[in-house]
Amino acid sequence: MSQMNKVIEMKGITKAFGNFKANDNINLDLNKGEIHALLGENGAGKSTLMNILSGLLEPTEGEIWVNGKKVQISSPGVANELGIGMVHQHFMLVDKFTVTENIVLGKEKHRFGFMERAVSEKEVKELSDQYGLRVDPRAKIQDISVGMQQRAEILKTLYRGADILIFDEPTGVLTPQEIDELMDIMQALVNEGKSIILITHKLDEIKKVADRCTVIRRGKSIDTVNVAETSQQELADMMVGRSVSFKVDKQPAQPKNPVLEIKGLTVKEKRGYDAVKAIDLEVRAGEVLGIAGVDGNGQSELIQAITGLTKVDSGTITLSGKNITNKKPRQITETGLGHIPEDRQRYGLVLQMKLEENMALQTYYQKPFSKHGFLNHNEIKQHAKKLIDEFDVRTPSEEHSAASLSGGNQQKAIIAREIFRNPDLLIAAQPTRGLDVGAIEYIHKRLIEQRDHGKGVLLMSYELDEVMNVSDRIAVMYDGNIIAVVDADKTNEKELGLLMAGVPLERAHAELAESSGKEKETVANQK
Amino acid sequence: MLTKNNDKLTNLMVPILSIILGFIFGAILMLAFGYNPLLAYQVMFDGVLRNPFFFGEALRQATVLTFTGLGFAIAFKAGFFNIGVAGQVLVGWISAVWFALAFPDLPRIVLVTLSLGVGMLVGAVWSAIAGYLRAYFGTNEVIVTIMLNYTALFVTNYLIRAVISDGGNTTDRVGPNASLSVGWLTSLTNGSRLNAGLFIALVVVALYYVFMTQTTAGFELRAVGLNSFASTYAGMSAPKNIILSMFISGALAGLGGAIHGLGTFGNIFTQSGLPYVGFNGIAVALLGLGNPIGIFFSAVLFGILDVGSGFLPNRAGVPDEMAEIVIAAIIFFVGANYLIRFLLDKMKTKKTVTEGGE
Repeated sequence: MSQMNKVIEMKGITKAFGNFKANDNINLDLNKGEIHALLGENGAGKSTLMNILSGLLEPTEGEIWVNGKKVQISSPGVANELGIGMVHQHFMLVDKFTVTENIVLGKEKHRFGFMERAVSEKEVKELSDQYGLRVDPRAKIQDISVGMQQRAEILKTLYRGADILIFDEPTGVLTPQEIDELMDIMQALVNEGKSIILITHKLDEIKKVADRCTVIRRGKSIDTVNVAETSQQELADMMVGRSVSFKVDKQPAQPKNPVLEIKGLTVKEKRGYDAVKAIDLEVRAGEVLGIAGVDGNGQSELIQAITGLTKVDSGTITLSGKNITNKKPRQITETGLGHIPEDRQRYGLVLQMKLEENMALQTYYQKPFSKHGFLNHNEIKQHAKKLIDEFDVRTPSEEHSAASLSGGNQQKAIIAREIFRNPDLLIAAQPTRGLDVGAIEYIHKRLIEQRDHGKGVLLMSYELDEVMNVSDRIAVMYDGNIIAVVDADKTNEKELGLLMAGVPLERAHAELAESSGKEKETVANQK
Repeated sequence: MLTKNNDKLTNLMVPILSIILGFIFGAILMLAFGYNPLLAYQVMFDGVLRNPFFFGEALRQATVLTFTGLGFAIAFKAGFFNIGVAGQVLVGWISAVWFALAFPDLPRIVLVTLSLGVGMLVGAVWSAIAGYLRAYFGTNEVIVTIMLNYTALFVTNYLIRAVISDGGNTTDRVGPNASLSVGWLTSLTNGSRLNAGLFIALVVVALYYVFMTQTTAGFELRAVGLNSFASTYAGMSAPKNIILSMFISGALAGLGGAIHGLGTFGNIFTQSGLPYVGFNGIAVALLGLGNPIGIFFSAVLFGILDVGSGFLPNRAGVPDEMAEIVIAAIIFFVGANYLIRFLLDKMKTKKTVTEGGE
């Protein structure tokens, strides 16, 4: 490959924060027109490296070459001039502005101080047509879907003349369909001559779109490989530094009495319509019940109702034989519920508080953590130390704020806190969202462990793989109903996919039988 | 651990630098208008610190500011901007004076305790109105407390004219049994109005610290203020804590008002505007960075500035508004603490770079 084709070369990049090297002699090069994945665990140094490339941080050592010239990227403005644009994980958009207004923000076309909205809208329209980024230039950001918002974010970088696009974990917030669309968009972008760096820890995405992949671990670059010549297993092992198992190791479940019984549960959504429609559901001790379904089919409301965060409209919820319908969260927790919430930073932790305080967030009022209304800081500290140790939460100390932990360790801290209370029922909502394979493996193991200790586990996830791997039975939610409950070892991705799309079980069976016939036909025809 | 100590140092440096920058800014302004800033500052501090009477007065002012500062701070910790401290001071003030006038013959210890208690309670309830509206109806506490400030002002003025006095602008003075004065304190400060309120303030500073750091109620308050979602998830009641924080906030402000009434003035008179000890309490809390001990010291500084400014016109030929400008500049630099942290960071990196180069 000739030197001219390299649009970016980062050579021997080191970034030190005090004694800690976030990047240690990392090399990365990006060819013109390629999608280059940057793979690494949470905290491996991906973001630091990309912040250096986009001018937010200056490297302690090392050189950056762009289009064959050595450059100093001292500010985001310089990166912009060099044609480097970042599509942020958390979108940098003004909610109340339209798509066009957001895209041209800071570069507004104007005449005598008046914004030329029509001209800008036309430009945005042209740009979005050119790259196949479907988006309504006049829609307000707050009114459009997350996928659409991301397209606006991509258009923003393109509008600023970016030729090199950095996607920072772009799929974390997207639905499966939106992920597919994004993959197509990325292909379209490289076809138009753009080059892409894709930061991710999702291996299937790398396999799907990336040409090459650079793996970094603990701040060091491990290797750069051609994606076509490597397997997901190899990538995962390289990233984690040991052999990772995707398959969750577990014995068949030995379910006993139900710990959670839900009868005729109806929950209204904020705007007043029924989000959960008269459902019945049972979780037994010693089993993992998975809830599958596309985001927004009532799963969140169901969990919020069980945990007491939302009002139940009608029906009953019984936990360990006690009626907990419309009880307060504290009473429900005390009855025997552990809850790993869907949004860990919003619900799971008070980020600014110390880790030790977070570890006692639900139990601070009980002995031994307090007595007669006075906290026992020593007990709280010892408790936190024990959990940190036992659950391998990586933190400099229990006195650091929860915010200073990486996402994976924040989640470990929550899991530690919830499991340690030894609840009869553990609800895990999206427990591995945004985490790397090492952390995912760990969390799945812990869930199974709870099950094997004879506890009930309710796992809600939008990741089909996760639901299938961890659960013993799977309830599929569609439009507020439980459309079917199937055994995990007697179902498959296709059947669940149809159920998630609202196709009833019998019809799903029929369709599957038919399509498997058809598929054979197509394969035969192609040959 | 190292970074933690550094953080603490930075936290201490921000208010100190704010104060220094505030004084420098005031000096530049005085120079620009042809005044002598060194003389002005000397006059202010000499006048207060070298004269027991004026030092006593400064501490008396600091006493009330400590209450308003703590009052603002506790609501702020729970996530509220209680701009209604001034109004809460006023209702606490009038209630305490009124009660003391109504029962002049109770034994002194009983009368003082009850008068202060009434002032505190009325302030608390007044403030809890805003908390209640916020907790159950989501109204903005800033707007509600501003409105309550005006309500407090005009209701107080009406009560003074129409109910407590005979159409006058001043009430009678409270009897000796409601006085907060302490003989030895008065003689020690050459007859200043410094009173037992100072000791109450010091006790409250200690209680505040213990409440916030050592009790489960303080833990809840902090958690709800930082993240009400996570607190609800963890089984705390956000509405309860919202109302509680505003209740305590108003109680502290009301107690400050009651001490102002019984200790400073001994009566209440119609006001043309809201008492500025209320608004300066916000500044005191911000300068003290919400730490009770910090709040006490910043209250003392503000008390000195306040009393010292009285010397400016006669002894330095500087208009006393200059002291107000210095106060305003200090508050500005506290508010701009991002700037100061940035400067401190710069200084630190320079240091490490040079150290690294050696």
